[in-house]
Amino acid sequence: MVTRLKEIDAVVIGMGWAGGIMARELTLAGLNVVGLERGPDHRPAQDFAMPGIRDELKYQQRLELMGDNSIDTITFRNQPAQMALPIRRWSAFLPGEGVGGTGNHWGGSHWRFQPDDFRLRSYLQTRYGAKSVPDTMTIQDWPVGYDELEPFYDRFDKVCGVSGKAGNLKGRKIAGGNVFEGPRVNDYPNRPMPPSEGGAIFAAAAKSLGYHPFPAPFSAASAPYKNIYGVAMGACQECGFCNRTACEASAKASSVTTIMPALRQEPKFELRTRVFVSKLVYDKAAKRVTGVLYTDLKTGQEYEQPANIVVLSAFVFSNTHMLLHSGIGTPYDHATGKGLVGKNYCYQFEAPAAAFFPDKELNPYMGSPGGGVVIDDFNNASFDHAGLGFFGGGYIIASSGGSPPINGRSVPGGTPAWGSQWKRETVKWYYHSVHFNTQGSVYGHRDNYMDLDPTYRDALGRPLLRLTYNGTDNDHTMSRYLLSRVETVIKAMGPAHYEMRPRPKNFTIVPYQSTHNAGGTIMGSDPGNSVVNRYLQSWDAHNLFVMGASTFPQQHGYNPTGTLGALALWSADKIKTSYLKNPGPLVHA
Amino acid sequence: MADDTIPRRDFLTGAGAAGAGAAALTAGVPSAKAAESANAPVETWLVLTADEVAFFSAIADTMIPADALSPSGTDCGVPVFIDRQLASAWGAGAKMYRAGPFHIGAPEQGYQLPLTPRDYFAAGVEAANAWSRKTYGKSLDRLSPEQRAEALTAMEGGKAEFADFDARAFFQRLLAITMEGFFSDPIYGGNRGKASWRMLGFPGLPATYAGKTEEYRGKRYVAEPQSIADFS
Repeated sequence: MVTRLKEIDAVVIGMGWAGGIMARELTLAGLNVVGLERGPDHRPAQDFAMPGIRDELKYQQRLELMGDNSIDTITFRNQPAQMALPIRRWSAFLPGEGVGGTGNHWGGSHWRFQPDDFRLRSYLQTRYGAKSVPDTMTIQDWPVGYDELEPFYDRFDKVCGVSGKAGNLKGRKIAGGNVFEGPRVNDYPNRPMPPSEGGAIFAAAAKSLGYHPFPAPFSAASAPYKNIYGVAMGACQECGFCNRTACEASAKASSVTTIMPALRQEPKFELRTRVFVSKLVYDKAAKRVTGVLYTDLKTGQEYEQPANIVVLSAFVFSNTHMLLHSGIGTPYDHATGKGLVGKNYCYQFEAPAAAFFPDKELNPYMGSPGGGVVIDDFNNASFDHAGLGFFGGGYIIASSGGSPPINGRSVPGGTPAWGSQWKRETVKWYYHSVHFNTQGSVYGHRDNYMDLDPTYRDALGRPLLRLTYNGTDNDHTMSRYLLSRVETVIKAMGPAHYEMRPRPKNFTIVPYQSTHNAGGTIMGSDPGNSVVNRYLQSWDAHNLFVMGASTFPQQHGYNPTGTLGALALWSADKIKTSYLKNPGPLVHA
Repeated sequence: MADDTIPRRDFLTGAGAAGAGAAALTAGVPSAKAAESANAPVETWLVLTADEVAFFSAIADTMIPADALSPSGTDCGVPVFIDRQLASAWGAGAKMYRAGPFHIGAPEQGYQLPLTPRDYFAAGVEAANAWSRKTYGKSLDRLSPEQRAEALTAMEGGKAEFADFDARAFFQRLLAITMEGFFSDPIYGGNRGKASWRMLGFPGLPATYAGKTEEYRGKRYVAEPQSIADFS
């Protein structure tokens, strides 16, 4: 028996980054908003407090902050001809759960895409020829440009208190910042974090080769900061525990640390936690979603929450799953290439390297992702791809901190994994290794997609989402090229030993690689190429707004969160200035 | 039940704890500590059977032998850690999707067994001991240190064939949980005396290093390691 609740102005599904932003912006516009969250609430003062937060086993190994696969997971296969099998425990990627979502345990790498990323297909065809893009590469232009998004990138910087150094202020290039970035109206709100010693050695070597090193932009306050919502953030303590763990200093930005403190004081906002949304109620004839169905996990009671506006912000997989399960839009059909929901699933192609310096003291547990040093000379539009045999690219980083003892020990390949010699080598190298990563783009391919699984079901009895994904020839070639560039810098650093660690041919669901998933509900210029329009509004239901990296047409060579946050703010602005006055399609097809 | 009253040392002897690993449980590796250890409180096991205690102790001491860098895996509490982990919600399969149907699948598709970690390790210990008895004539904990190292190498390299169990995958999980026990915060029962943190030079808590990146640039930061328990 479903209990029908009183209609509300807006309901938000998933209280992570995008959900938090929309809830804040819509309540500021005077709307009454209900936030639905499947996991628990998280209050930093008690949930992320010292000393318990510094627990590598609990957070990094046992994945305390991650989603519960027992009630909902996805199935996976490399090829359409295989049977997909369930991910029984998250590993390759780690979607979070609870208020704050994946933003609680991210590393805080805060990036903008390049201006030419937003017109990717046009850019490549103009520069490399009309026929340069293979038929199987299903990339497309974004329906929004960098210049339009810049004010919202800027606003998101000021939500997060981002620390970094600008490399392009209104077109003026600044040495020591990222000279390949699009023009910024303002510098970062906070000065960059100090570079790790490994990063400093990398910077000197990169510079000697003519590259352009700069401090990694970091979504944490390097000094105490008050954000645009009036929320106070502490200063980063360089604890080295960012990834997979939350921040006890409320320095690392998440919706919990930068938005929820304001929303908790907001009478127009109501948070409902431990509620599992099963379906959107869709009126196809009216092209509206009338509300959402959810089960309260605390009582077992099922509710229908009618709403004037529905915001779907539940991570890439749940967003795509919800549309497929609710019958909104046309599912992607791999056989014909037609249909759009589930199309263009894109991962992030990250391949690492390590170098060993017996004479350098590197204090490997100390630091923050913001202490990493980056070169962006090999991202999409930063360099000429003529004759290279691939498109795309990514930034290259010498990382910082994050070497706790279970996960962060590095020894040269070929070292035994146990026994006395293993112990000697472990001790010998612990203070003396530097880690590198390549943040490779992933461009859509017709064989990489999501649909509903025919066999496995979730705790509510719904078919699971099925992911079909493998690394493409383009992306493997791109990644090998990035590694070859890192290798030149590593050699110039003069290590005693180094190792490049390319990804295996087949994507594997273990071990951890990246939580940067994208696509499935992509945005575009018309209903023939996209699920949502430039304001993240569904083409099939004008009061449904889909948030997050699921709307990216493809994955670029940067972490997705900076763009995801900017898009949510851009969409919220359009809802406030246009949609509320005149509810209906914001773009006419 | 009478079995419940058998003192730990007796059942270890009964299980054939002749190897250095299991002996370390009672005697301690450095002989100077023998008297102290003999008077140490008897360990209480939450879920592990006597055979399993003997097995995990032997494995811990083979993977983490006592030497100048650290005490043995058993002296560091690794079997206690494993016992508590397998008794925990994680050990019982919390947050794990366990619905069928079950298929072996491709290696890229990851773990596909219905077994919880606790059941997985129970089945693995049985399979490993059965293989050890077939190959060496005795269970793994009764092998000499050299034989144990040889057995682990065979499992690691895919040369050991267990009946109805993937020996190579089991080895990797055994290695992972043993290393977790050695390196995790001592609050979980392993890493006694922060032995592994001392060995590495990992300072543990509070890990508030603001300003120290510059202060210790190019110089080693040295601090007495501290556990969560030291701040609780």
